[in-house]
Amino acid sequence: MILVLVETDATGAIEVSRETITFARDLSAAGGGVPVDAVVVGELPGTAEELAQQLASYGVRDVHHATGEAFSAYGGASWASAVQAVRDSTGAVVVTAAGTPRGMEVLAHLTARIGVAMAANVVSFEGLAPFTVTRQVVSGSVLEEMVLDERPAVFTVAGHAVEAVPAQTPGAGRLVPSSPEVAEADLIARVVSSEPPQADLSGGLKTARVVVGAGRGAGSAEGFGDLLELRDLLDASLGVSRVVTSLGWRPHHEQVGQTGSRISPDLYVACGISGAIQHWAGCSSAKTILAINTDAEAPMVAKAHYAVIGDLHEIVPAINEELRKRKG
Amino acid sequence: MSLDVLVCVKRVVDSSGEVVLSDDEQAVDGRYAGFTVSNHEECAIELAVQTAAAVGGAASVVTLGDPAAVEQLRSALAVGCTAATHVEADPTVFGPADVAREIAAVVRDHEAAGRPHDLVLLGNDAADSGDFQVGIRLAYELGRPVINGAATIAVEDGAVVAGVSGPDGHETYRVPLPAVVTVLEGGVEPRYPTVPGRMKAKKVEIERRTPVSEPSGPKRRRLKLPPPQPSEVQILGEGPEAAPAVVDLFERLGVVSR
Ligand SMILES: Cc1cc2nc3c(=O)[nH]c(=O)nc-3n(C[C@H](O)[C@H](O)[C@H](O)COP(=O)(O)OP(=O)(O)OC[C@H]3O[C@@H](n4cnc5c(N)ncnc54)[C@H](O)[C@@H]3O)c2cc1C
Ligand SMILES: Nc1ncnc2c1ncn2[C@@H]1O[C@H](COP(=O)(O)O)[C@@H](O)[C@H]1O
Repeated sequence: MILVLVETDATGAIEVSRETITFARDLSAAGGGVPVDAVVVGELPGTAEELAQQLASYGVRDVHHATGEAFSAYGGASWASAVQAVRDSTGAVVVTAAGTPRGMEVLAHLTARIGVAMAANVVSFEGLAPFTVTRQVVSGSVLEEMVLDERPAVFTVAGHAVEAVPAQTPGAGRLVPSSPEVAEADLIARVVSSEPPQADLSGGLKTARVVVGAGRGAGSAEGFGDLLELRDLLDASLGVSRVVTSLGWRPHHEQVGQTGSRISPDLYVACGISGAIQHWAGCSSAKTILAINTDAEAPMVAKAHYAVIGDLHEIVPAINEELRKRKG
Repeated sequence: MSLDVLVCVKRVVDSSGEVVLSDDEQAVDGRYAGFTVSNHEECAIELAVQTAAAVGGAASVVTLGDPAAVEQLRSALAVGCTAATHVEADPTVFGPADVAREIAAVVRDHEAAGRPHDLVLLGNDAADSGDFQVGIRLAYELGRPVINGAATIAVEDGAVVAGVSGPDGHETYRVPLPAVVTVLEGGVEPRYPTVPGRMKAKKVEIERRTPVSEPSGPKRRRLKLPPPQPSEVQILGEGPEAAPAVVDLFERLGVVSR
């Protein structure tokens, strides 16, 4: 059996978790149709039945739901012990999760506990005997073939490496409650308080017809004035790189890429974005890409349909000026 | 309270330019590039130095790497670390479990010598191998709790309090020392070395060690480069003079009305 750790938000299983289930199904098909099960931990946004139904449409057989006081707050070790309990009771030969911070963390705990290797950010599998995966290293500019010869084989799937596709034949989606014991030591490092994130406003970004993108080239939080004006002139959404969110220049819900939103606008204007593979994972479905970059050799320029070479702080105001002029 | 914060860094090829692989396809060839540590580790160094200053303790740095990795230790010493340990070994034959075991041995030996590291900081992920696990494996080796992906940390009342940006928003963890924390860039601005800092760093004697056990190795079969994508980009121009051509394009695509 292949066990997928699924993360949820208000919409149910998050997109990258559904991608991981799709990946697991492909792996199952190559391996003679072993079942795909899911494990979810703690309180769910809706009812467990709703989630089980959603996962059934993705071909999931059993949905193991770990509940109990131990899971009232997130903790890497406690979640890992929930996954470990399900793995022990089912004998899963593969355990996988989306390559989100939590997916990485929980599976790293799991592998440290059971003494097997973990492959992070897998994008495809090469062969089953020995089980060989390809994963992203060096920020995606290099790929690594890695052999996972222990059982369970444990890996995370890079965001947007595959598309989330419902199964042709739904699975049973049977709810299997689980209330594993969690050791005291595994409860020490847990979230003790959280300030809720700003409401998820990424919905507009995901469906926008035009997205104005900005990366490190924006220079600072204050460097977004012209970019925001361009966004408004084009009636567009703003999308940013991880550097921009990491540095706190813009909120996370605006991030595009492997660990952000996947967008598919008619036009993506990528300003001061190098076009790293993890960013590309989120914007490659844009119909037309216009890159604005000082570096004519930047990957984003090479991958774009159109490019303007130069400083965005000069070019974007000039575009805004031209737009205002033509609008009259 | 006297706290000696240990920060773990890895010497990696600066991959911002063109990446070349070694002939045996086991590593990135650094002959034509510079070397660095990841942004996460730079932030970890900064947090180690700030934390040490806040509690009146010290910050130490460790790396497992080839002889040239001394450069990265000196850089950390130049920005405020006061002691450095070099586990001399070829890092490409060490897997994440091996590295964790070696760092744990350093922590134990220092503790036995009367220099406990009640707080160990690492990067969230290494810039080259990107295994996302050495910190967690280290925590299990040492039997300590671990906080992952911290942007900020503070030590108070024998505990480390960390801020993490996660799906629950701004999340706070509070864990008693001794503990392990992995750091994600963004919470602090790494400082630049000063000239006196550099001078001081040169004088520090680096503790040199050899690995305590045979590495079991990474499970790497080989590295490969993604196939180059043929570029079909059409350059609309250079600088602000390209603006009319850009707006013409917007009109052709129908995203602004003519
Ligand atoms: C596991 C993992 C997940 C990741 N997930 C994501 C993700 O979801 N999304 C994401 O974006 N990244 C992600 N990343 C990070 C990714 O690898 C890159 O580091 C990031 O996308 C780079 O952001 P950037 O292009 O803004 O910055 P840089 O790579 O620093 O590029 C800046 C670009 O701006 C140009 N520039 C500079 N100044 C100007 C100027 N004045 N005018 C015009 N151009 C200028 C430069 O030439 C350069 O091309 C992830 C990385 C990892 C390891
Ligand atoms: N060879 C090494 N020497 C010292 N620290 C290391 C080494 N390899 C990894 N680390 C630390 O572990 C973190 C996570 O690495 P990884 O799990 O390989 O992605 C890095 O950011 C470093 O802080």
